[in-house]
Amino acid sequence: MATPATKPKLELRMGAATREAYGQGLVELGKTNPNVVVLDADLAKSTFSAKFQEQFPERFFTCGIAEANMVGISSGLALSGKLTFASSFAVFLCDKGYDQLRMCVAYPKVNAKFCGSHGGISIGEDGPSQQAIEDIAIMCALPGFVVLVPSDEFCARALVHRMAEHAGPCYMRTGRPKAPVIYGPGDKFEIGRAKLHGEGRDVAIMACGLEVGYALQAQAQLEDEGIAARVLDMHTIKPLDEAAIAGAARECGCIVTAEEHVLDGGLGSQVAKAVAKSKPVPMEFVGIRDTYAESGTPEQLMEKYGLTAPYIVAAAKAVLKRK
Amino acid sequence: MSAAISMAASSAKTTAPRDISELKRMANRMRIEIVKMIGAAGSGHPGGSLSEVELLAALYFRVLRHDPANPSWENRDRFVLSKGHGCPALYVVLAEAGYLDPALLPTLRKLGSPLQGHPDKRVLPVLEASTGSLGMGLSIAIGMALAAKLDKRDYHTFVMVGDGEIQEGQNWEAAMFAPFHRLGNLTLIVDYNHQQLDGFLKDILDPAPLREKLAAFGWNAVEIDGHDFAQVIPALEKARANTSDHPIAIVANTIKGKGVSFMENNPKWHGVAPKKEEVEAAVKELEAKS
Repeated sequence: MATPATKPKLELRMGAATREAYGQGLVELGKTNPNVVVLDADLAKSTFSAKFQEQFPERFFTCGIAEANMVGISSGLALSGKLTFASSFAVFLCDKGYDQLRMCVAYPKVNAKFCGSHGGISIGEDGPSQQAIEDIAIMCALPGFVVLVPSDEFCARALVHRMAEHAGPCYMRTGRPKAPVIYGPGDKFEIGRAKLHGEGRDVAIMACGLEVGYALQAQAQLEDEGIAARVLDMHTIKPLDEAAIAGAARECGCIVTAEEHVLDGGLGSQVAKAVAKSKPVPMEFVGIRDTYAESGTPEQLMEKYGLTAPYIVAAAKAVLKRK
Repeated sequence: MSAAISMAASSAKTTAPRDISELKRMANRMRIEIVKMIGAAGSGHPGGSLSEVELLAALYFRVLRHDPANPSWENRDRFVLSKGHGCPALYVVLAEAGYLDPALLPTLRKLGSPLQGHPDKRVLPVLEASTGSLGMGLSIAIGMALAAKLDKRDYHTFVMVGDGEIQEGQNWEAAMFAPFHRLGNLTLIVDYNHQQLDGFLKDILDPAPLREKLAAFGWNAVEIDGHDFAQVIPALEKARANTSDHPIAIVANTIKGKGVSFMENNPKWHGVAPKKEEVEAAVKELEAKS
């Protein structure tokens, strides 16, 4: 794939990390709902659940480095009527807690909420052992789970509230680095409803998490070159906004997906499934290609593993040729 | 589903404390039902169901604060069967207590039955948790005990794990958590029948000395004969009345396959259903004790 290293046309203002917004959302919830209980597995300062702990220590439990137990305890609390939010790094929560997420939460349909922070490779220097690149796929595989990947702080905060309102298990992936500001405090978010940016009819770019910022940069770059793209922020991977995807497929005739996740079972796979059912069109996939990453700065890694705006531009041009 | 859970009109009577001779007769009756159910299902786990009978009978008829007429009562004591494969015994005691229509017992493991192969709360809401993947019940029970403290409720949470199950690492995460968080409103019962699917614990991965290990983790741990009501009832009653901050662990020595001579202490009967003639022989042996 071509790797044009041009500076992006659209400069996005950096805001808070989505993990920080998670902590803010929890505090907001805690103030209005005394039933909210928050758990963490020795990463509260990193996941930002510590923000809740500071305000409501009596409703916060740190479980130590024991994710399986934390998920099981969340289930027991939720079965007893508590509204639980449990967090850790996405890789530890979803991988070490997977059997418990399945047995104690998904299968009995327990109303418990989970947040995996440090999603993707943009966590940087800590390396592959800490980088969740499979969490979306494995969480989407659990029947009944809502799977959310917010793109910026406003989206993340709003989705914390939507999780609280939703009756049933939810998983939200947050990121470590500061995220570009895409929305404002007035923007509304609903589970399962993509956010549309632009009306371009040449190509549709569907992205989640940090990739939404890159997609918007790609959109600006493409516009310069006379290509009209629309961007869909797929903050909800499950349930997928199939109507928005079908509409984009019909109106644009080709799709690029972009995600900070392996291509197997992530956003691209889910979109492809939906497109195949509704309106099959050519697709290109930006994501991590069946490999683990390495240590490096977030910027270096996003570039090296093909996740930045120029790669989305290249994918858009490639898919346009196949229309 | 709703038809599955018939609220016995005589619920108050069925859960009234019973004397030991009455409980012994009930335990024998439960064993007969367990053998028949698993025989009719053609699959299931007789050994670990028969080993836990006295513990369940004592819980539901002498110890738990519960009301079969009001199964979702917020202040009820909780019981989680972590060793989900032992569910035939739980289904039978729930039927004895009036939570279940006994006519459902022969539907065990059949399509559409609320009596699933392992406990499934979706179709049998009277269960406190869905279990079957081993090692998880203690964590769930901890969540329930924490919720009681947060809500300032005085219900007690009991959880039963198998001894083979305790090889699962999650138990030890949980075993550290409960004493540290001073969950005196939680009791762990270990059905210590000394066998697991592949054979005897001593030949596979022996958790002994179990009482000492749990005590070292901060549990107020006792060891009893899990088939002797004269030991089971006082141990459970003492746990229920616990006012200390220490969670209670009851290591109950039991016999896998208890009551059916050809099943006792034979690991084969962990997960094999008795054939028709074996059911008949077992029932005959148990009825002779009635």
